[in-house]
Amino acid sequence: MDNLKKLKDILVEFISVVSIHLPDDVYHSLEAMANKEDGRIGNELYGCIFDNLEKAKTLGRPLCQDTGVLQFFIKAGTKFPYLDELEETIIEATKEATEKTPLRHNVVECFTEENTGNNVGTRAPFIEWEIIPHSDELHIDLYLAGGGCSLPGRSKVLMPLEGYEGIVKYVFDTIVEWGVNACPPLVVGVGIGTCSATAALLSKKALLRPVGTHNPNPLAADMEKRMKKGLDKIGIGPLGLTGKESVQAVNIEYAAHHPATLGVGITVGCWATRRGAIDIRSDLSYDIPSHKEAR
Amino acid sequence: MEKKIITTPIDDAQIEDLFIGDVIYLTGMLVTCRDDGHRRLVRNGIYPDFDLKGMAILHAGPIVKKTDSGFEMISIGPTTSRRMEAYEKEFIEMTGTKIVIGKGGMGAKTAQGCKEQKALHCIFPGGCAVSAATQVEEIVGVEWEDFGMPEAFWIMRVKEFGPLIVSIDTKGNNLFELNKAEFNRKKEEALEDVLKHVHYSHN
Ligand code: SF4
Repeated sequence: MDNLKKLKDILVEFISVVSIHLPDDVYHSLEAMANKEDGRIGNELYGCIFDNLEKAKTLGRPLCQDTGVLQFFIKAGTKFPYLDELEETIIEATKEATEKTPLRHNVVECFTEENTGNNVGTRAPFIEWEIIPHSDELHIDLYLAGGGCSLPGRSKVLMPLEGYEGIVKYVFDTIVEWGVNACPPLVVGVGIGTCSATAALLSKKALLRPVGTHNPNPLAADMEKRMKKGLDKIGIGPLGLTGKESVQAVNIEYAAHHPATLGVGITVGCWATRRGAIDIRSDLSYDIPSHKEAR
Repeated sequence: MEKKIITTPIDDAQIEDLFIGDVIYLTGMLVTCRDDGHRRLVRNGIYPDFDLKGMAILHAGPIVKKTDSGFEMISIGPTTSRRMEAYEKEFIEMTGTKIVIGKGGMGAKTAQGCKEQKALHCIFPGGCAVSAATQVEEIVGVEWEDFGMPEAFWIMRVKEFGPLIVSIDTKGNNLFELNKAEFNRKKEEALEDVLKHVHYSHN
């Protein structure tokens, strides 16, 4: 019983940390982008961003008012001792972190369209499971899905003959048409697969991969770099007010697809991409590798 | 450069010479009003018990903490202004609001409203919600609490709230529309180059 409370406390702290501090990779990518700007507005805006991050840290408050809907992507070792209680513990931790941090109330129940007032509702927080065989550890990626940055997300199924060119066009059109209002510079996740659903899910997984890493497939990595370079030429800049670059990263994840379809999904994160990664061992010792520098 | 500070109640003279891209700060009264508030006022003709004439509104859904003596602003940042596009022109006409603050641009209808009524749309840097909260001196009151915390009509006294970047000026110039045209032009150039290099298939 005590151990479950301990697990819950760890998760409450983890949720708070992720809402207050950017992950190290996003922080550094913004720093690098800020250094490249030389215009008056660009400098002013990055100045605001870093001032805000500093204040969030000193005051211990969520760095953006939109603390999002919580989404947990779990990689669960089959021998992790608390699997049976994990879902319930995550839900309790979400409620508690909402009170304590505090987080904004962002969950509206479907059909009644009423705010639940505690960030919990049907399938909220959203929880996705993967199994790690023969392991007694638990890995969780947490993503705070804000409204503004979720808005540009979309997926569709291209004809295979549209090819990778079709994917590039779809991404560029989406970022220019919808990304500008989503608090750039964005992190762009692109998923490729058979249908719109799997492509969309993979685009979220791509977004969970740290900025600065590349897909292990050299061709996918090549496409990531080319898309980032191309998008940067558009010069969307911080908060869409023009600048030297446009995006923090383009990350691609894929699944081998049906020969007759080419599904593509796009999910973006804003400058304030708040995600965290936590590793919890069976003795409940833990690390938060995404936020080594943040605390 | 000296800070350009606009003080409520705002008259035309304070804002009519401002141009898109100018940076200003707001001192005085600022109220939050977003989707539900716009709908209630414009569609249902229900007014809050606070005169918006010469005031500024902020498209935002804050995190507010109840304290013994009232409320404390924890975090407040702008939300996407576009969502209010359908109602903003009428909102400005009906209330006499002089500055609408949000994030991202607004459309042609709002720009027309700003021109006719001599009003501004400005953006506050999105996501910078803790900085913004520290510029709120006091929450003076709240109305329409039935909407829930994010949608309620929070009445605040602010000091040098900003930076606010003018995105629609009183002549109806629209910064985001201009930028968008530029982004679309550059997109075509950028695409041309990328598309040459992504023939990954075997044939
Ligand atoms: S897009 Fe991101 S930074 Fe902007 S308001 Fe939403 S959550 Fe905050």
